[in-house]
Amino acid sequence: MLLPRGIRVALRIASGLTLAFIYVPIAIIVLYSFNAARVAAWPIQGLTLDWYARAFSNPGIRNALIASIEAAIGATAVALILGSLIAFAVQRYAFFGRQTLSFVVVLPLALPGIVTGIALNTAFRTIGLDFGLLTIVVGHATFCVVVVFNNVVARLRRTSRTGEEASMDLGADTLTTFRRVTFPAIRSALLAGALLAFALSFDEIIVTNFTSGSGTQTLPLWIFANYQRPNNLPLVNVAAVLVLLLSIVPVYLASRVTTDPAATGRT
Amino acid sequence: MTSATDAPSPRRASGLGAIATALYRHPRAQLGLLLAAPLGWLVIAYLGSLALFLISSFWSVDSFSGNVVTTPTLKNYEEVVSKEIYRTIAIRTVVMAALVTITTIVVAFPIAFYIAKVAGGRTRGILIVSILLPLWSGYLVKVYAWRLILSQNGLLNSVLDPFGLNGPGYSDVAVWLVESYLWLPYMIVPIYAGLERIPGSLLEASSDLGGRAGITFRRVILPLALPAVAAGSIFTFSLTLGDYITPTLVSNTKFIGNVVYDFMGIAGNQPFAAAYAMVPVTIMLAYLLIARRLGAFEAL
Amino acid sequence: MQRRTWKAGIAGVAVVLTACGGGASPSASSSAPASQPAASQPAASGSAPAPSASTPATVGEGEGELTLVAWAGYVVGGTGGEQVEGYDWVTPFETATGCKTTVKVGLDSANMVQLMKTGQYDGVSASGDATLRLIAGGDVSPVNFDLIPNYKDVFEGLKNAPYNTVNGVGYGVPHGRGANVLMYDPAVVTTTPDSWSVVFEANSPYKGKVTAYNYAIYVADAALYLMATKPELGIKNPYALDQTQLDAAKALLVQQKSLVSKYWGTAQEEIDGFTNGDMAVGTAWQYQANVLNTDAEKVKVTKPKEGATGWSDTWMISSKAKHPNCMYKWMDYILSAKANADVTVYFGEAPVSDAACAEAEKQSAGHCDLFHAKDETYFEDVWYWNTPTTTCLDGRTDVQCTDFDAWTKVWTEVTGG
Repeated sequence: MLLPRGIRVALRIASGLTLAFIYVPIAIIVLYSFNAARVAAWPIQGLTLDWYARAFSNPGIRNALIASIEAAIGATAVALILGSLIAFAVQRYAFFGRQTLSFVVVLPLALPGIVTGIALNTAFRTIGLDFGLLTIVVGHATFCVVVVFNNVVARLRRTSRTGEEASMDLGADTLTTFRRVTFPAIRSALLAGALLAFALSFDEIIVTNFTSGSGTQTLPLWIFANYQRPNNLPLVNVAAVLVLLLSIVPVYLASRVTTDPAATGRT
Repeated sequence: MTSATDAPSPRRASGLGAIATALYRHPRAQLGLLLAAPLGWLVIAYLGSLALFLISSFWSVDSFSGNVVTTPTLKNYEEVVSKEIYRTIAIRTVVMAALVTITTIVVAFPIAFYIAKVAGGRTRGILIVSILLPLWSGYLVKVYAWRLILSQNGLLNSVLDPFGLNGPGYSDVAVWLVESYLWLPYMIVPIYAGLERIPGSLLEASSDLGGRAGITFRRVILPLALPAVAAGSIFTFSLTLGDYITPTLVSNTKFIGNVVYDFMGIAGNQPFAAAYAMVPVTIMLAYLLIARRLGAFEAL
Repeated sequence: MQRRTWKAGIAGVAVVLTACGGGASPSASSSAPASQPAASQPAASGSAPAPSASTPATVGEGEGELTLVAWAGYVVGGTGGEQVEGYDWVTPFETATGCKTTVKVGLDSANMVQLMKTGQYDGVSASGDATLRLIAGGDVSPVNFDLIPNYKDVFEGLKNAPYNTVNGVGYGVPHGRGANVLMYDPAVVTTTPDSWSVVFEANSPYKGKVTAYNYAIYVADAALYLMATKPELGIKNPYALDQTQLDAAKALLVQQKSLVSKYWGTAQEEIDGFTNGDMAVGTAWQYQANVLNTDAEKVKVTKPKEGATGWSDTWMISSKAKHPNCMYKWMDYILSAKANADVTVYFGEAPVSDAACAEAEKQSAGHCDLFHAKDETYFEDVWYWNTPTTTCLDGRTDVQCTDFDAWTKVWTEVTGG
């Protein structure tokens, strides 16, 4: 698409500034993971690699990281399944309450976290669930469903059914058709939804506080506790940096799939 | 809704395939099974406990014993409505949410447009990753990094000092800065997705017809991107509306979330907290209805 | 047509999964769907909350498990406690009693009260602003001190404390104590302050560099100052304020707000504030001063002439405790010399007994002096955090006092206005 040069340049500058804005705090986080002092003073007083060494032997970070990953994987899986189910139902059928359902699905994410947290906490206690990894997963899934739902609905809206019908005409049964025709069409939407759902779950603190039990500390909860105990403050920054590094590859791979030109219909 | 008789007959299969085929022939049963699990959880558990939460706002706490008294009363709502402080806090929060939303829209649009329409394939991939990556560095860690920027001897002041200016320090302005920063990716991604769906041919046609950039932007791009903007705004608005951690860390004032949180615990006044929580809930419900009108739900 | 069959199969499984739940025994508060979200067990109306569970007569064998709600830094070690390199006082407990311990770190007092109300934890390390609320709500049980051998060694000044003893009935054992001291940066505050006036009076020379604790209990600090400066108000106990006295405290806090650069809620916030020039004077815990002075002396602390508020956390046993024997063993253990020394040195507070002090000295010379652990005169004008209630804590019966709910409203008006 041809744009006047002036606008191109302006856009490039704006984007550069925005990126700089986004990354200044990140740079600070990285810088202070090398902080030699116990307190975070500006400007930084000294650098050391000590904290990185200690991070690897710190069981707290490890357990919290594992708990967060497990919870996020669980929540994403559940959200993928439930979100797709609702998406297919809403998109492919007409039934009473269809509009309301798409509305209700957004609620857990749109309402303030503290309200969702309290509601979920009450629900779990009424059902009689023990608080732990399961309740965290269910809690996260509740507000992650919507991101999967919306991505899949958007994709289904653009996917014609003729491919599926042709497949059936050619003799494939329902399962094969799903595997070979439907699923590939929605695959990148599922991935986009999964990526966002994973991020939402991984970084969540307010709802998690109401839905977790003792002994299960996700990374955000661990970080919160550590801000009360400034003994190990740079460790928190180390944890953040490590997570950033660990997530580069998955995020990159996922974004490659979701920006696949064929799937986005860009002309 | 298509009926089963129109469809071609699938090949017979055994086991799971047989169930699949049977369900295929009974679309209503399919629908039912599809919806049973998610509906069950959403409606019964989640909505049910939300309703319970709402009901509790009509109860009160006996200040003597600290127990919840379940006789219905409008006491909490009366207090929320009549006392000026709660109005002040609510207005402050809503204004902040609106400001943050507008700010993120303005900041997100150029970069989203750049990525969607201008950047080449590989650059686009790198840019998207760059925007998504900070989501993984942790909410609290980012806010504490901002505290280093905003503090008296911090980064912002040391940059502004040579010009004789002073940064905002810890204040409402700080909240605006930090919240805009935190939710920016949630606005960039939907707008990018929305802009990407606009065929380049439309934009070319517009300029072929004599429209300059400004007109093309106003008449073609904006209307088509509106659902995406509305979708992104749901996130930025609601996330700001309910946040209580950032205001506590970078300002000296109270937002809606703080009030709800403060009264939930030791004050033990959950009914009052619930009544006040109905303020952002109502606002968000209204916001969602408007956003749906604008097509946001298709662009989320 | 539709090919949702694969999905339909999953849906079936999903239905079963969600219907099953966790298979755990339902807690008492979850019986009726119409139960209130934060329902407290019905307690007897009237001034004295009735104990909602009887105290045991003996401590039997440990049940093998213990779940605690605690402040960050209180339960460190083992496999279920907080994991901090080089610190572990949970493993010796687990080895001796067989009670495998897990901790849920409370975000703050409000959070701890909420957690205890779920009935899923055996015990809590409650601060004074939460203790009476827990007692009144029936969430904790009275303690039989005969079953805690180490209790007899505890300093007298920590026994029968007003914030955990009601009508002579004790509800927990002390964890440690500390005063909310006045911390100041001598580079900015060049004259040694001897009064809280530097943070309250409108003509304070440190306007814009003052800090205060961002929590409703801070109203007591304002009341404490008024006790000395406005005796005509008749405040005898900073936690027993009638409406007039509360209004006066509120006015003082509103005046203070114009002096404050940033309130602090966590230790880290205050440490940051003093490090980066936002704060130069204000209320603090000794812990912050210790951290700030690690490499070189940056701040000083003092207890002003009006006295100070303070805190002493209490280990309390849940009225719904599933492992009461283990909880009693924990309460005894945390009072033992070595364990108490471990935790108070790590956390930064005064140990509870002579024996604990002796142990603490081995780990950190001068620890007990720094925290005035044995100095009862020091704590004479320290008013430990207590939960304000409508029944006046100073014994007045002619007026109704304001409770924590009212204090929270005042604090909201002061900071949110």
